[in-house]
Amino acid sequence: MTTNRRDFLTAAVTAAGAALTPDLPHTHDHEHQAVPSDLALRVKALESLLVEKGLVDRAALDTLIDAYEHKIGPRNGARVVARAWADSAYKQRLLANADAAIAELGYGGMQGEHMVVVENTPQVHNMIVCTLCSCYPWPVLGLPPVWYKSAPYRSRSVIDPRGVLREFGLELPADVEVRVWDSTAELRYLVLPERPAGTAQLNEEHLAALVTRDSMVGVAKVAPPQAGVSA
Amino acid sequence: MNGVHDMGGMHGMGPVQEEKNEPVFHEPWEGRVFALRRAMGAWRKWNIDVTRHEVELVPPADYLSMSYYERQFAAFLVLLAKCGFITPKELDAGKPAPGTPVAVPALTVEKANLLIAKGAPTSRDVPAAPRFETGQRVRARNINPVGHTRLPRYARGKLGVIDRDHGVFVFPDTNAHYLGEKPQHVYSVRFAARELWGQQAAQQDSVYLDLWDDYLDPA
Repeated sequence: MTTNRRDFLTAAVTAAGAALTPDLPHTHDHEHQAVPSDLALRVKALESLLVEKGLVDRAALDTLIDAYEHKIGPRNGARVVARAWADSAYKQRLLANADAAIAELGYGGMQGEHMVVVENTPQVHNMIVCTLCSCYPWPVLGLPPVWYKSAPYRSRSVIDPRGVLREFGLELPADVEVRVWDSTAELRYLVLPERPAGTAQLNEEHLAALVTRDSMVGVAKVAPPQAGVSA
Repeated sequence: MNGVHDMGGMHGMGPVQEEKNEPVFHEPWEGRVFALRRAMGAWRKWNIDVTRHEVELVPPADYLSMSYYERQFAAFLVLLAKCGFITPKELDAGKPAPGTPVAVPALTVEKANLLIAKGAPTSRDVPAAPRFETGQRVRARNINPVGHTRLPRYARGKLGVIDRDHGVFVFPDTNAHYLGEKPQHVYSVRFAARELWGQQAAQQDSVYLDLWDDYLDPA
């Protein structure tokens, strides 16, 4: 497996070189020298090269990584969901114009420029996929998990959504309508999950704590608060 | 292109495997690849459709055996060379060719923060008459372009209903090949699961796809 990947990366660099300088001779040794043996080293080498050429500012790279590692993630989406549960007027705005309603809570931006929120009910279950690549609503959910980007999820969620949901431990009744949203354009989807029972007394902050990433992708429901935690 | 990336409806990929407490990046290099791609994107030598298509061009067996960030890195290297940012010699040596002028980075910290907060909208405020209206029956065109398209194979030739009009957006099939933005309406189109997959699907289930005017015919 690792060998295949390395071989491909070598080929990619070679192809890249060929595209640029078609007559550049590529000896066996040359090809292998073009790609260092370790992927981490290769990325590091590329970064150094781009920095040295003045094409990239390392501080800007750090800013991007820090934002998605520490600041932007499913807690954002959970706050949107909790607000919608707590405030029916907000929920109406969220379903009618998701961009504006999400911006009310200060969220928006890259890979969430055009948002749509779809509501789960006892009769309708929504789930989100991107079969062609891995489009995902970053401002509210952060970067996608590996399973969302994986071949099994991308291939099967449109043809066998109920089977996929079963693998996540969710068995839907036969009479529930399943709607799968394939993110083929630049619209990004967020599922508004059903508010669980036993949460009437909870404030927004406590409601948000119940909301999981998976429930906002539509591969899980939000579980009711556990005894003793809900106070 | 009818590539392996267009995997909706395929069998044999195995079960979905969820990782508990998954980190955002499994290795630091993944984060660097993620950030480097955005930082170099700021030079505007390519667009999002170009980058998607470059990943689709990863040979199918490699595409399936590589991780997401491995694919991204491989496609990124190709793009960097195609656009003249690096040469194989420089990659070999790990340093710029002698005499290369030093540029000023396109993406500063300030611009990175702006990119995160504002993104890069692909909607376009240009007059473009919609070809369809909500509730109208449509058939997805049976097209098989060798270039980039966002019309998956599983929907081609199938009957659907316009669920809503999202407005006017850049058209990926041309934009991915530097042939212009060709802005046009994008609609959410509802396809009955049985229209797509036959009787094995539940009668009431459906799949919604976001499709451009050029992907659709009236039905």
